[in-house]
Amino acid sequence: MKSSSFLCLSHLVHNVYQSGCINYFADVTCVSLQRLLEARVYGESETFPVVNAFDSMASLNLSSAAGAGSYFAHVEQAPEDPILGITVAFNKDPSPVKVNLGVGAYRTEDGKPLVLDVVRQAEQQLISDESRNKEYLGITGITHFNRLSAQLILGSDSPAIAEKRVATAQCLSGTGSLRVGGEFLARHHSGPKIIYVPSPTWGNHFKIFPFAGLETKTYRYYDPKTKGLDYEGLLEDLRAAPKGAVVLLHACAHNPTGVDPSQEQWEGIRRVIREEKQLLPFFDSAYQGFASGSLDTDAWAVRRFVSDGGEVFAAQSYAKNMGLYGERVGALSIIVKEAGIATRVESQLKLVIRPMYSSPPTHGAAIVTRILSSKKLFDEWKVELKSMADRIISMRHELFEALKARQTPGNWEHILNQIGMFTFTGLSREQVEYMTREFHIYMTLDGRISMAGLNSQNVPQLADAMHSAVVDFPQSSK
Amino acid sequence: MAMARKSAASALAGAGKRMMSAKSGWWTHVEPAPRDPILGVTENFLKDSHPSKMNVGVGAYRNNEGKPVVLECVRKAEAKIAGSDLMEYLPMGGNVKFNDLSVQLAYGENAECLESKRVASIQALSGTGACRLLAEFQKRFQPDSQILIPVPTWANHHNIWKDAHVKAQTYRYYDPKTKGLDFSGLVEDIKNAPSGSFVLLHACAHNPTGVDPTAEQWREISAVMKKKEHFAFFDMAYQGFASGDCEKDAQAIRIFMEDGHQIGCAQSFAKNMGLYGQRIGCLSIITDDQTQAATVKTQLQLICRPMYSNPPVHGALIVQTILSNPELKQLWLQEVKGMADRIISMRHALRENLEKAGSQLSWQHITNQIGMFCYSGMTPEQVDRLTNEYHVYMTRNGRISMAGVTTKNVEYLANAIHEVTK
Repeated sequence: MKSSSFLCLSHLVHNVYQSGCINYFADVTCVSLQRLLEARVYGESETFPVVNAFDSMASLNLSSAAGAGSYFAHVEQAPEDPILGITVAFNKDPSPVKVNLGVGAYRTEDGKPLVLDVVRQAEQQLISDESRNKEYLGITGITHFNRLSAQLILGSDSPAIAEKRVATAQCLSGTGSLRVGGEFLARHHSGPKIIYVPSPTWGNHFKIFPFAGLETKTYRYYDPKTKGLDYEGLLEDLRAAPKGAVVLLHACAHNPTGVDPSQEQWEGIRRVIREEKQLLPFFDSAYQGFASGSLDTDAWAVRRFVSDGGEVFAAQSYAKNMGLYGERVGALSIIVKEAGIATRVESQLKLVIRPMYSSPPTHGAAIVTRILSSKKLFDEWKVELKSMADRIISMRHELFEALKARQTPGNWEHILNQIGMFTFTGLSREQVEYMTREFHIYMTLDGRISMAGLNSQNVPQLADAMHSAVVDFPQSSK
Repeated sequence: MAMARKSAASALAGAGKRMMSAKSGWWTHVEPAPRDPILGVTENFLKDSHPSKMNVGVGAYRNNEGKPVVLECVRKAEAKIAGSDLMEYLPMGGNVKFNDLSVQLAYGENAECLESKRVASIQALSGTGACRLLAEFQKRFQPDSQILIPVPTWANHHNIWKDAHVKAQTYRYYDPKTKGLDFSGLVEDIKNAPSGSFVLLHACAHNPTGVDPTAEQWREISAVMKKKEHFAFFDMAYQGFASGDCEKDAQAIRIFMEDGHQIGCAQSFAKNMGLYGQRIGCLSIITDDQTQAATVKTQLQLICRPMYSNPPVHGALIVQTILSNPELKQLWLQEVKGMADRIISMRHALRENLEKAGSQLSWQHITNQIGMFCYSGMTPEQVDRLTNEYHVYMTRNGRISMAGVTTKNVEYLANAIHEVTK
């Protein structure tokens, strides 16, 4: 393996994609690609030796299968998705005491998935409504759904909505909303086509934006020393960005760290973005209501940015807060300066969506529309949402107390300070692998645990595992 | 697309000046995109208040009352699955049972390629999504190849391969003189394309013309493509819906498989199960062996993940429920035949009414063509008259969606067409 200077994975992929030499996927070993993905996902900042992809693409065989069978014989096995791969490994484990703290899907105290009661009610209403049909939606989806979604994130009294400055498109959950927004930016953004994402961030951000056509860079975010926000580093990096670049912000419950800026810090960030650098903010809102238990509190940052009159992109997901994961329900809202612009922007969004999947799936959005448009269901939803958030918060307390009881070395306050579905434990890769091996705890290698997977039954086991890992590998703690 | 590119270019030119002004915003340069030619028709139809208005634009089935239909088998399936605890994320490749049932339908339950598990299959967002996945996959793993697209075709095909950055060429297909297949032109263009090209083929019920090759013609096309080592990609959006018989509608695929082609296939359940808005389809590729099929699938998943992570659960569950339950499957086969039969009877009725109205032109192509669409042969100007004077809404290429024709409005339509074409 040759050493060369660190290549941003996104830059690499982008270059490779542009040059058409996609057989990078064939010639670079899967292991090195996996490692590259991990490096980006887990925010390792040290120079990382990579195979120089272009050196290794010596003998590309781009010809078709010359009559002898498949056109795709040269295709190599793709690496497992680092996050979804955890569940694959978990499922294979025969141990009766295994714990899955990998993917961020909510679980009840009994460790079961949860279909919200309001969702069941809405579904029943849909099934029994004879007037409903299964026709194509328009390209941007259900109009009512879009209006309700914009109101949910921006506040129903938002001047931006009243002034018709919001273009909203129903998309396939958070991923789809980010991808459509990214593609739009790659085509139409008059600023630099670069998006800055926090370090670390959800791994899929590093795939979505490059494939959408944006160069992807990072800004400092997580401080491993404090296990909190690297506020000064964040501001410094934003100040170093070129004017007009795009900045991805997690609206609340940062994934994977659970570290959110305070309101004061958000204000400081906003000033740099708006007044100093005229950067374009792109919010990823996957946990509204799920983080603090309050829909309004969790949307505070987005609303603050919109209230200063500037332009904003916002991707919303209903996967977690309505438990509609597999239905793929989300929305992309683009808030612009004038109503006329919003109309034209919406028409261009359609050109991105039509050749991707024509129109979005009805079912999940129809459920959301029922819930958000009925006062009864909306109020019931807020109650169910708060109880999910409360359960998560109580798990934080239980884990913290369990570690305290074991007198596990180290400071574990961050478990209480972080918010949302995930805790960034600060455990090292080595410690995590040990916990998986010895205690059948499944989690991502960056030390992230999904609190949703915890319950009173398995908290003791996790605490035992963490205690043992810390004691047996003391030097490795970040 | 061209408009978007131009505006992007001029945007870059003025970017320096525009960028710095916090007042004017980022998007003042964004031009309005052209209306989608097909979906725009329905928009205009909805705005019209004329009592005799007709929508023969978009290809969504209507019953004889002109209403959309939720199939009985679908209602039953939904009642079974409602309230189930099945809203968790699907794997990136989608619902595996659904994928298996889908490819059985496309390739035949006893197909050798299925028994040897050498078909890579992945749940996709209906036909559009399946085509897009294939296009992206083609770009990655056969980057030098181009896609051959018939003239005419569903307009969105061009957008799909363009957005995947795959070079496209066209091949002759429709002969306006005969209102049938330009078979010699088709064969010539396929022969002249560089070896190893990907060829987009409509498996049945060609959209928009309704003109399909005969079995003998398919065999010849298969032989030519084998010689040229072309990759056959079937877009099958109307299995069962064209003739009323699922096996018959898949005959082109069967012929190619017999000849040893390792085809790709995009399936949609939008029309044949009436699941339009559920966005449920399947992309499959026949490979050498089980290992390669699994490998190809992992790479297809890498395309899905940054696009939408994993596909929606609901539509796949409906299809799975129907196809795996013998009673429901039987019911479905009856219902899809019922839809096909109604379309066929409307073709006959339209032709008869045109002849009855005294038209001197030949309208036999209406009954020769198959599937949801009839390529009438009308000019854009004639279509405009049809819309402006008679409130009949259709796309300007003269394509009539037969699904919008009923026993109540077929005479009105025939008279209107006669008036603008005589």
